[in-house]
Amino acid sequence: MNFQVIGVNHNSAPLEVRERLAVTEQQLPDAIRSLVKQPGVDEGMVLSTCNRVEVVTSTKQGADLRSFLRSYFGVSADALQSHIYEFEQRDAVRHVFRVASSLDSMVVGEPQILGQIKEAYAVARGMGAINSALEALLSRAFAVAKRVRSETAIGSSSVSIASVAVELAEKIFGSLEDKTVYLVGAGKMAELAARHLIAHGAKNIIISNRTYERAVELADTFGGQAVPYDRLYETADNADIVLTSTGAPEPIFRREHGERMLSRRKNRPMFFIDIAVPRNVDPAVNRLDGMFVYDIDDLQSVAANNSAERKKEAERAEKIIELEVDRFASRMKSLAVVPTILSLQEYCETIRQAEIDRIRGKLGSITPEQEAAIEAMTRGIINKLLHTPITTLKSSTAHPEAETIHEMIRRIFNLDSGKSNR
Amino acid sequence: MPLFWLRVALTLYTVGLLYALASFWGGRKVLTLITIPAVGLGMVLHFVALVENAMLSGAWTPSSMHGLESLLAFLLMVFFFVIYTRYRATSPGLAVFPLVFVLTLSAAFGSTKSGPYSPLFVSAQWVYVHVALIFIGYCALLFSFIASVLYLMQERTLKAKSTRGVWSRLPALATMDDIAYRCLIWGFPFMTLGLISGSIVGEARLGLAYFADPKILLSILTWVLYLVVLYTRWSAGWRGRRAAYLASAAFATAMLAWAANNLSHTHRFIAP
Repeated sequence: MNFQVIGVNHNSAPLEVRERLAVTEQQLPDAIRSLVKQPGVDEGMVLSTCNRVEVVTSTKQGADLRSFLRSYFGVSADALQSHIYEFEQRDAVRHVFRVASSLDSMVVGEPQILGQIKEAYAVARGMGAINSALEALLSRAFAVAKRVRSETAIGSSSVSIASVAVELAEKIFGSLEDKTVYLVGAGKMAELAARHLIAHGAKNIIISNRTYERAVELADTFGGQAVPYDRLYETADNADIVLTSTGAPEPIFRREHGERMLSRRKNRPMFFIDIAVPRNVDPAVNRLDGMFVYDIDDLQSVAANNSAERKKEAERAEKIIELEVDRFASRMKSLAVVPTILSLQEYCETIRQAEIDRIRGKLGSITPEQEAAIEAMTRGIINKLLHTPITTLKSSTAHPEAETIHEMIRRIFNLDSGKSNR
Repeated sequence: MPLFWLRVALTLYTVGLLYALASFWGGRKVLTLITIPAVGLGMVLHFVALVENAMLSGAWTPSSMHGLESLLAFLLMVFFFVIYTRYRATSPGLAVFPLVFVLTLSAAFGSTKSGPYSPLFVSAQWVYVHVALIFIGYCALLFSFIASVLYLMQERTLKAKSTRGVWSRLPALATMDDIAYRCLIWGFPFMTLGLISGSIVGEARLGLAYFADPKILLSILTWVLYLVVLYTRWSAGWRGRRAAYLASAAFATAMLAWAANNLSHTHRFIAP
C-alpha cells in the first residue's frame, strides 16, 4: 500500500496557476471519477480551496499523478513543473496531517481548512472512491488536527489588525451585540474595520466625517447614521467603540473630552481604535479609568505578538505531527502483513485439501472417527508449520528490515504467483 | 460531627486548589478539564455532610465554629456554581477554591468539640436563619469583590496592551462588571435581613447596650459600606479601580466583624 499526494498551494504556486487547477464543487465528482480511473490509483480524493488543490490517493504500485493533472486539467506538465509538489508514503501522510491541522495554511492555525477537507472527504467517500486505506489516513488526520488544536494554542489568537481590534473589543464588551460603533473619518481603512466589527455583531453605526456627503454615503451602505462633523463632541459619548481615522494634525480626543464623556456615560467603558497617523486620540486618554486607546502601533504589536506566539505553537504542533506520523506508519505496517498471513493460510489449506482428496481413494472405507483423526492431524501439521512464519510476520513490523522479511516470506511460499506451481 | 463525606469533599476541593495554583504557572490542560466536575461533586458531597450533620444533631444548627466554616464554604461553592452556570466563568475560582479549601480543611480536621450556646438566643433555629442570611450576604460581597479585582486585572492588562500572562485569559470586562453588580444587588437584601434578624433578638435581650458591642458596630459598618458600594455603582457607575477599593473596604470590615466574635461580649454564642 502506498499513499501519494500531488498538489499546489499558496506557497508553491501563484494565483494564476491555482486558478487553472481549481475544481469547483460541481466538477468535483467528475474529477474524482477520472482520478480513480487513472491506472494504479485504488482510492482517491480531491481537495480544492482558494489556497490549494490537492490530490490524495492510495495506490498499490504507485501511479503517475502528474499525468492525471495533465489529462484532466489539460495543462502541460512543463508549465506546472516548478509549482507542483509531490509526496509519497510517510511524507504524504505527514503532508495530509499538516494540511488538516492548518500548519500548511496561509494563516497558520485558521480553522476553515479542516472543514474543507472533511467536505472533500465526504464527497469522495459518497462516490465510493475512498476505502480502507484513505479512510484510515483521513480519519487519523482529523484526529490529529483535533489533537493539535486542543494541545497547542495555535488557533487562539488573531493576527490581522482588524481581527485584533475585534478581539480587544470582545475582551472589553463581551459581545458586540447592541454596541454602538462611531466612525470618525470615513476612509477605506475605517470602512474595512467597521465591516469586521459589524460582522461580529455590532449593530448601530454612527459616522462623522469632514466631508458630510462621504459620511452619508457610508452610512447608507452600513445602514448607519451620519452626523455633521461639528456635532462630533456632543454625540461621541453614545459610542462604545470609536474608530478614528481622520487626517487631523492634532489629536481630536484629549483627556478633557474623555473625562466629559465618561461622566455622561456613567463610567461605562469606551474603546478607541485609532488607526490615524498622526494620532487622533491623545494617549493620555488611555490613563482614564474605563477608557481604552489602541493606536495603529499597539494593534500591530498585538498582531505581531500573536503571530510570534503562533509560530511557537506551530513548532509544538509539528512535533505532535511527527509523533502521529510514526504511529500511523507502524499501524499501517502491521495492517500490511494481514493479507500475507491470510494468503499463507489459504495456500496451506489448499495443499492440505488436495492431499486429503488424493489419499481418500486409497484408504477405502473409513469410520467417521478415523476421518476426523486425519483431519485433525493434517490441520495440526499445518498450524505448527505456519506458527513461526506468522509470528515472525506479526512481530516484524517494528523491525527495520520488516519489508525484506515480508517479501522473503511471500517468495518462499510463492504467494504472489496465484494458485499455480503446485 | 460526621466527617467522612466532608473529607471526601475536601479531597475533591483539592483539585480546585491545584487548579487555582497551577493557573499562575500558565494553567494545566488536564486540571482545566477535571476541575469543574471535581469541585461540583465535592459540593454535592459537602451538602450530604451538612444534611447528615443536621440530622445527627437533631436541628439545623451549626454546633461549632467548624460547622460555620463548613456552611460558609458550601455557600461559596453554591455561589461559584450559580455564577459559572450563568457566565461560564471559572476565574472567580482562582480566589474561591483556595478559600473553600482552607475553610473545609479547618472544618474537616479541626477539633470537633462543640461549644455551649450563649443564653442570648431564643432558639437554635433562629440562629441558623440569622447566620445563613449573613453568610449569603458575605458570599455575595466576596464574589463582588473578587469580580471587581478581576475586572481591575483585566483593565490593567488591556491598558498595558499586553496580550499574555495569566490575566489575558480572563473573561470580558463586561462579564466581570455584571457579576460584580449582580452579586451586590442579590446579596444586599440577605445582608440586611441578616442584620435585622440579629438585631431584633439582641435588642430584645440587651436593649441599646447591644449596639455598643464591637462586633455589632463592625457589622453595621459593613452594611453601610455595602450600601455605599451599591449606591456609587448605581448612581455614578463606579467600577474597576474605585469599585474594587470600596468593595475591598467593605469586605475587610466584614472579615473584622467575623473575627470580632472573640472580642464581643454579647455575640459569643459559641464559646471559643
